[in-house]
Amino acid sequence: MDSTLALQLLIQGILLGGLYGLIALGLSLIFGVMGVINFAHGQIMVIGMYFSYWIFVLLGIEPYLSLVIVSAGIFVLGYVIQSSVVNRILDYPEAMQVLPLVAIGIVLENTALLLWGPDHRSPHTAFSLDTIWLGDVMIDVSRLIAFSFAIIITFAIVIFLKKSNMGKRIRAAADNRMAATLVGINVSRINNFSFGLGAATTGAAGALLLPLMPLSPSLGHDFTLTAFIVVILGGMGNLVGALAGGLILGVAESMSTLFLPATLKQVVSFGILIVIMLFRPQGLLGGKK
Amino acid sequence: MSILNVTNLNKRFGGLTAISKLSFELGEGEILGLIGPNGAGKTTVFNCLSGFHTPDTGEMIFSGKSLLGMQPYQVCQAGLARTFQIVKPFLTISVLDNVMVGAMIRETSIKKAREASMEIIQWAGLGPMAHKEAEGLPLPLRKRLEMARALATRPKLLLLDEVMAGLNPTEVSEIIELIREVNQKGVSILLIEHVMQGVMALSERVLVINYGSRIAEGTPVEVVKNEKVIEAYLGKEFLNAQS
Amino acid sequence: MTRLYILLAVLLTILLLVPLFLETYVLGIFVMIFFYAYLGQSWNILTGYTGHISLGHALYVGVGAYTSTYLAQNYGLSPWIGMLVGGVFAVMIALFLGYLGFRFGLRGVYFVILTIAFAEITRLIVSHVEALGSFSGIFLDFNPSFWNFQFRGNVPYYYIALGFMVFSIIVVRILEISRAGRFMVAIREDEDAAQALGVNAFKYNMIAIALSAFMTSLAGTFYANYIFYLHPDTLFGMALSIELILRPIIGGLGTILGPVLGSFILTPLSEISRAYFTKGGFEGLHLILYGIIAVLVVLFMPKGVIYYVKKWLNPILRLDEKNQGYIEKGKEAEAES
Repeated sequence: MDSTLALQLLIQGILLGGLYGLIALGLSLIFGVMGVINFAHGQIMVIGMYFSYWIFVLLGIEPYLSLVIVSAGIFVLGYVIQSSVVNRILDYPEAMQVLPLVAIGIVLENTALLLWGPDHRSPHTAFSLDTIWLGDVMIDVSRLIAFSFAIIITFAIVIFLKKSNMGKRIRAAADNRMAATLVGINVSRINNFSFGLGAATTGAAGALLLPLMPLSPSLGHDFTLTAFIVVILGGMGNLVGALAGGLILGVAESMSTLFLPATLKQVVSFGILIVIMLFRPQGLLGGKK
Repeated sequence: MSILNVTNLNKRFGGLTAISKLSFELGEGEILGLIGPNGAGKTTVFNCLSGFHTPDTGEMIFSGKSLLGMQPYQVCQAGLARTFQIVKPFLTISVLDNVMVGAMIRETSIKKAREASMEIIQWAGLGPMAHKEAEGLPLPLRKRLEMARALATRPKLLLLDEVMAGLNPTEVSEIIELIREVNQKGVSILLIEHVMQGVMALSERVLVINYGSRIAEGTPVEVVKNEKVIEAYLGKEFLNAQS
Repeated sequence: MTRLYILLAVLLTILLLVPLFLETYVLGIFVMIFFYAYLGQSWNILTGYTGHISLGHALYVGVGAYTSTYLAQNYGLSPWIGMLVGGVFAVMIALFLGYLGFRFGLRGVYFVILTIAFAEITRLIVSHVEALGSFSGIFLDFNPSFWNFQFRGNVPYYYIALGFMVFSIIVVRILEISRAGRFMVAIREDEDAAQALGVNAFKYNMIAIALSAFMTSLAGTFYANYIFYLHPDTLFGMALSIELILRPIIGGLGTILGPVLGSFILTPLSEISRAYFTKGGFEGLHLILYGIIAVLVVLFMPKGVIYYVKKWLNPILRLDEKNQGYIEKGKEAEAES
């Protein structure tokens, strides 16, 4: 086995894993606060990717620079989804919660299809083709940047939730919805904000992902599943766990290409998922169930 | 003849000891009251007996058979039925269909199960609403439904978990009567209760537990005067103030 | 109750006579209506009755389709028999999945994700198996004959699909009034309470998933010999899994006629809007419409359309007739005591 190749795959896996972690962060946050599983998560990310693409193509602004605008835009999208649909289904039995979000995912995916067509798009953003060398190992610059942003954003969110007033309110609502209402917290608005925040982080992840892979409307479904796997790996509702889970999954997927064709690497991911669900359902770092 | 023999039961949840070295006996046909302050471990005892929790150590012999390792459905089939503290009706189906689920464990013929269920439903005073969805029932009736359902499984021992909570005095008296009738038909009863009226009226003996272990046992009258019991419920200060 | 049966008999008669009056294109829509009603009904057996949600039911459709096709193409085995073989495989996979899910106590979302994982893993593996067509899929030859489960024109398919649909309605009806079915409903409502009443939840969950998988896989064989093209993304993909749950949910989960009603509402809507919008070049618009309708129905008609239809038809059909007798008896008994 070629050790340079292995090392390379390891590093690429870590870098992509950080991004997976960012995508899953939003999902974990949404579940942690509202107990809702966002089946439209990947599709929201894809909208973020298209939004970022649009800005790049129309205005020539790099995804890394338009990150804040994209996040804000997707925040609004998330806010709207929560306030119009999800808030109403919070007390529904689980079967009835799954369908609306799956349906929203379908709507988002096909809106993208309608607006941009099914063709893959690979915009040539600033660093999309650049690489740097660390000894014998080749590293994609865009992956490195994405990873760095992902780590920064993840920790920013964690600190925000821990220290800020809004963050405390969010955590209160997550802990005990009724008690939070009793102390005067407007839980509906917190929910809207939380979903918006979760969506925004995923949208940002999308923007960071844009230089890394061809964009098409059907990408969403795979990323929803990836986000699920990461969240279950790390622990539902555990934000640092999302990052840890992302790194593990990124590495596992990457390294599996040493033995399997790349198109089968998802089998590895799902295999890991099943094992964790059976033997450690609370996730490696523990979380809400 | 004892129908239930619990010896040295222990159950911990992580760092919390829920039951500690608990032993007691229930005679056939007897009504034993199980009381204690909130969090004393009473429902955990029920959960261990009915197979929802596995005790760490200890033995539970029911009608000569050990309950250890039994799944909840096996415990019920062996003749030990229970109700839940927070009632669990099957909401979207009718009262009759609810009770029939219990009856069908004993009766493979649906027709016979239906007849047996209607009998119990009439007896429990739920006749007029036999076809109403359980969701539409107010709490006192849901409690009766819970009991009727458990009775449909023709238990030899019935565990009643706070069936009187949330009922007004009239409703409490009515349910006391029902429980008495059940006992007269030969069903032994283990009763967790906070409503003292019920405990005093029904129990032949009372077992008091606190922090998972027994602190007193005896007739209702004896137990109520017991110093340790008073201390457990009302605190040391009260006890000191009394003397 | 009898009035309901009369109504259903009338509707069935109408459906039996329809092919005499309608053209092939419209018959094709009916075939799809029956097909999806059948699939939805089969799925309903698991999710509507035990409450365990499966978002990977396409797995069984694929198993049925690929098994019967492989056996037909390589061994000349009639798809009618291949269909049953596929059913056996589907049951085996379902029991495995069920074992993992139910023994390990995977509830709610975890179970959902398990079902998705199984479907996706199968899709990926089949995409790599040469003998099963790999990435390009399998084309079926058109050799019409009863034995080959292939026919000219839509009329035979219409009647077969109708037969499947009626069959599924009968199965669910038998299940609903059976002991097993009642236990399944109890499990759905409250698994712990059911266990405390002596119901072996594991056993009945397994029965439900096995039956559901078996029936679903039969539809796979029908699909293969109607569409003549198999591709892993279509047959094991989430799109199909989602498609087949929409109708029972919109029609009414856990009811006998809900999936059927849902299919009669949604399938024509889907076909017509797809034809209409794709012609105008608006790819995907019909799916957006779909998604919005699904959301609206869940928000404003959570019990499904059938619930409101029943209420509306009750005065005419007098569905409560059976119950009236008991309620009278109950009142008499009360009055006596």
